Amino acid sequence: MIDLLLTYPIISALVALGGLSVFFGAVLGFAAVKFKVEGDPLVERIDELLPQTQCGQCGYPGCRPYAEAIANGDAINKCPPGGQATVNNLADLLGVSAPTLDAEEGADTDVKKVAFIREDECIGCTKCLQACPVDAIVGAAKQMHTVIADECTGCDLCVEPCPVDCIDMLPVATTVKDWGWQMPKPAKGPHIIATDKSVPQDHAA
Amino acid sequence: MEFFVILLSTVLVNNFVLVQFLGLCPFMGVSNKLETAIGMGAATTFVLTLASICSYMVHAWLLTPLGLTFLRTISFILVIAAVVQFAKMFIEKTSPLLYRVLGVFLPLITTNCAVLGVALQNTNKAHSFTQSALYGFGAAVGFSLVLVLFSALRERLAAADVPVPFKGAAVGMITAGLMSLAFMGFAGLV
Repeated sequence: MIDLLLTYPIISALVALGGLSVFFGAVLGFAAVKFKVEGDPLVERIDELLPQTQCGQCGYPGCRPYAEAIANGDAINKCPPGGQATVNNLADLLGVSAPTLDAEEGADTDVKKVAFIREDECIGCTKCLQACPVDAIVGAAKQMHTVIADECTGCDLCVEPCPVDCIDMLPVATTVKDWGWQMPKPAKGPHIIATDKSVPQDHAA
Repeated sequence: MEFFVILLSTVLVNNFVLVQFLGLCPFMGVSNKLETAIGMGAATTFVLTLASICSYMVHAWLLTPLGLTFLRTISFILVIAAVVQFAKMFIEKTSPLLYRVLGVFLPLITTNCAVLGVALQNTNKAHSFTQSALYGFGAAVGFSLVLVLFSALRERLAAADVPVPFKGAAVGMITAGLMSLAFMGFAGLV
């Protein structure tokens, strides 16, 4: 057997390469079973970061479909209930630079807003209750409704169905608990230090 | 001491990217962001070390006894392709994020000439098993080092006021050339 292999190098070459291929094929086949990936784990992790209000303002029927869309390359700045914080978290997860929240999807990005029902105008129709994705509105039929401000995500979904337009979106007043320093504005004028990151996006190739 | 010399030699003096000019494609391609560069460096380190060990075993225990050393290039390509595929599955399972960030560059490690270059140089220099492993590891560390340094430079370049004709890849090439020049300073260290 060994003699045969040594006298005819072509046979030993074929045997060696064939054996090598079979061996690596077996290893890879084993690895494919061992390291099998079910679904796309990235979708799960994106879904965890989304606020789960299922409000549909991103243009998808809920948070999970939007998570799948992000995993397939959709923009990450379409979630007004999550606000800029969610956009930043998503940018961290995906390793991209954080865009600002899409103005078209959610205007007035900086100020967090909550719904407020002008209670003397409310007719108790319960339409806003059904629209609210987070059950932040309490009330019953023919009774006045009101909004639990802590639960409200500011998603705007209750404004549209109200037949008497008695719902306003009010900015949340700053309290001692959530007040923070203003972020410093980038310096205007010529860049003195080359590392200034205040360049337009199209320069950062 | 000998092992230390091998590491020093591959990481700094005979750096695969800047001195031997192997593996330039990922060096230019994946160096736009620091995090990506670190991930790519880690993946290449994994693949290169494993590939140099495997190709040593194939060469010493299969090809040499059968007198088939002329087949080494094609067998090494086979080994590298298998190792890269294995690494791809492993990374997809353990770190889906890194898998996504590396994207097409992960399969492209297969055609990274540094990987094949290390395997072939190991046989040319008649390295032992430990020497081969260290040589591969050192080459990968050197590759990761310059990749990370270069991507940090490029992150700064992105914000710098570069003259219009030099924007983008052009200034990247010039920077790479200057880095290579700087690494010449290590020549004669070992």
